[in-house]
Amino acid sequence: MQPTHEQLSWMYHRMLLIREYEDTLAMVYFEGKLPPNVQKGLAFDIGAGSIPGEMHLSAGQEAAAAAVCVHLQDSDSVWGTHRAHHFAIAKGVPLDRMTAEIFGKVDGLCRGKGGHMHLYDVEHNFACNGIVGAGIPHAVGAALAAQLKGNGAVSVAEFGEGAANQGSFHESLNLASLWKLPVVFVCQDNNYGISVNKKASTSVASNAERAAGYGMPGIQVAENDAVAMFAAAGEAIARARRGEGPTLIEMQVDRYYGHFQGDPEGYRPKGEVRALKQRDPILRLERQLLEQGLLDEAALKAAREQARQQVAEAIAFARASAYPEVAEAFQHVFAE
Amino acid sequence: MSQSTTTAESRKLPFYAAMVEAIRQEMQRDSSVFCFGEDVGQIGGVFQSTVGLFKEFGAQRVRDTPISETAILGTALGAAAQGMRPIAELMFVDFMGVCFDQILNNISKTTYMSGGAIKLPLVITASTGGGICDAAQHSQTLHGYFAHTPGIKVVMPSNPYDAKGLMTTAIRDDSPVVYLFHRALLGLPVMNFIDARFAEEVPEESYSIPFGQARRVREGSDVTVVAFSQMVPKALVAAGELAAKGISVELLDPRTLVPLDMDAIFASLEKTGRLLVVDEDYLSFGVTGEIIARVAEQLDRIKLKAPPRRLAIPDVSIPYSPALESAVIPQSRHIVAAVEELMTFNL
Repeated sequence: MQPTHEQLSWMYHRMLLIREYEDTLAMVYFEGKLPPNVQKGLAFDIGAGSIPGEMHLSAGQEAAAAAVCVHLQDSDSVWGTHRAHHFAIAKGVPLDRMTAEIFGKVDGLCRGKGGHMHLYDVEHNFACNGIVGAGIPHAVGAALAAQLKGNGAVSVAEFGEGAANQGSFHESLNLASLWKLPVVFVCQDNNYGISVNKKASTSVASNAERAAGYGMPGIQVAENDAVAMFAAAGEAIARARRGEGPTLIEMQVDRYYGHFQGDPEGYRPKGEVRALKQRDPILRLERQLLEQGLLDEAALKAAREQARQQVAEAIAFARASAYPEVAEAFQHVFAE
Repeated sequence: MSQSTTTAESRKLPFYAAMVEAIRQEMQRDSSVFCFGEDVGQIGGVFQSTVGLFKEFGAQRVRDTPISETAILGTALGAAAQGMRPIAELMFVDFMGVCFDQILNNISKTTYMSGGAIKLPLVITASTGGGICDAAQHSQTLHGYFAHTPGIKVVMPSNPYDAKGLMTTAIRDDSPVVYLFHRALLGLPVMNFIDARFAEEVPEESYSIPFGQARRVREGSDVTVVAFSQMVPKALVAAGELAAKGISVELLDPRTLVPLDMDAIFASLEKTGRLLVVDEDYLSFGVTGEIIARVAEQLDRIKLKAPPRRLAIPDVSIPYSPALESAVIPQSRHIVAAVEELMTFNL
C-alpha cells in the first residue's frame, strides 16, 4: 500500500505541526518554573508557570500518528496515553482548545479538568489516559460498540512498548481477537518505559511477536519511517473495516525529550538523542518529497512557517483564556 | 416511602428473577443495552443474574467473556463512551481488586475529566456479602470503596421489588452504576440462608425506583436503625424481637449508598433520637462512620438521646469457619443487643 501524493503531503504537514507544537511546548513549559521565579532550593517547580503539572512530549514519534490517522475518519476513535499530543493533533483535535486545556483554562477541551494527559474530544473521537495500558481495553470497547451497531467504525489503541507488559494489553488482545473486533493496536517502541530500556523490561525483541499468542497478525515496522508505517497501518485498518479482526503493529519511534520535561535523563547514553535525530522521520519524509518533486524548498519553508503560525495562534488562544471559576470543580462528577 | 403493587394478579418473584426481568425489559426497550461478563451467557450467570437472556437475545447481546476483569470493565467504558449501555458482570465483588484501576482511575473519572463531554451509561453488577462460608476472598461487600470514589453510583437492593425497580433505574442512568446483589437475598435454592421468604410480589410491568430515596421498612418511635442489603432482613427480624420486649424500632433501608438519602435519616432521628447503623462492610473508615459523621454535623438541630452506635465487620477478614463467620458478620442477635444498649441512655 503506497500513499498518494495528497496523503504524503498531509502526513508531512501534520508531522511538522506536531514537531513545532512539541518543541514550542518544551520551551513554554519552563515559563515561571525556573529560578528566580520559584522557591529557593528548587531546580524547577513542576506545578508553577503557564503549563502546570507534568509534561510528556512526543517529538520523534510524529510519523506513527500521521501514518495511522491519515487512514481514519472522525467516526473512528483513537485511545491514547499520557504521551499523546501527536495522535491528538493527527486525529484533528482543535489545537486552540487542546492548548487551552493544557494551560488549565476554561476554554479547554475539558474545561480545565483533564489536562495534558486526559484530553477528550467527542467530535473527533479522541481520548487519552494517564495510566499506562489503561486505554487499551477502551479501544476494544469502542470496537465492540462499532460491531454491535454495524456502523463500520474502527478504533485504534495507541501506546508505548512499556504498556505491552501490562495485563490490560494481554487481556485486550485476547478479547479483541476472540470477538474479531475492528481495532488496531499500535505499539510505539521508543525504547524507554520511563527510564527502563526495553531490553531490561520486555521478554521478546519485538512486541509484534506477541500477536501470535492471540491469533492475530503482528507487524513490525523497524524504522521510524512514515511511508512504511502508512502501509502497515493502512492494511490493518482496512482489515479491521472488513470485519476480519484486530492487528498488532509495533513501530520503531524515538523519544527526543525525557519521559517528562525536566527529566535529567541520567539513564540515557550521552549523545544518544543527537544520533537518533540522524534518522529523523520528518527529515526523511522531506527528502522523499523533494526527490519525488512533490514539494520544493519554497513549499517546505512555507509549510514550516504555517506550522509556526498555527502553534503560535493556539498558544495565544490558551494564554488569553481565563481560568475556570471554582464552581467548575463541582460539576460533572456525574452525567448532567 | 411505602410501596404497593397494582398488578391484577399477585405474582411472587425471587430477587434474582426480579433483577433479570428488569434487564430483559430494558433490553427489549433499548437496543443499546447489552450484557457481558463471566458466565453470563449460556448458563445465565452463576447466580442466575442473567438467566434466560442468552436464549432470548442471543450471543451478540449476552456475551460470555474470558476471565479478564480489566478487559471487561475497560471494554464497558469504551462501549459506553460510544453510546452503548453495557451491563458488565464480575460475579464476585471481591474480583474488583483485579481491575480496580478501571474503576478508580477510568470509569469513575472520565465524565469529570472530560468536563462532562463523555457520558458512561454503564452498570457493573456483582454479587456481594458473606454467609456461605466462602472465606475471605469471596465474602466481602466492599461498597464503601466505590462510594468513597467520586463518580460512581452505588446500589444495594434488599428485596425483589427494589431489585427490579433499581435495576431499571441503573440501566437508564447516564452515569456509571455499581449494582451489588447479595447472595443471601437472591432466592437461589442453594443459598437461602436468612429465612424462607425470598420471593415477594413484583409487578410484571416495567417500573423504576429513583436513586437516593430510602424505604421505611418498619415504622417505630424509639430507635432508628439504618441498614443496607442483607442487613435489612436481619434488622427486621431483630425489630420483631425488640417489639416483643416493648422497644419500637424504625428501620430505614437507604437502598442506594450513592446518592444517600440523609434527609430520611434526619427525619427519623428527630422522632427517635437514637441511631444504630448496621452494615456488612468493614468497620473502620467506612459507611457506618460516614453516616454517623453526617448526623454529628447536624447535632445543633437534631437532639440525640443516646450516642450513635454502629455494627459492621470488626476490621478482620471474613473467616472461613461458620462459627467464626457468623460471629463477625452482624446478626439479628447483635442488632437486638445494640438497640437494647441504646435504650439504656436518655440524654
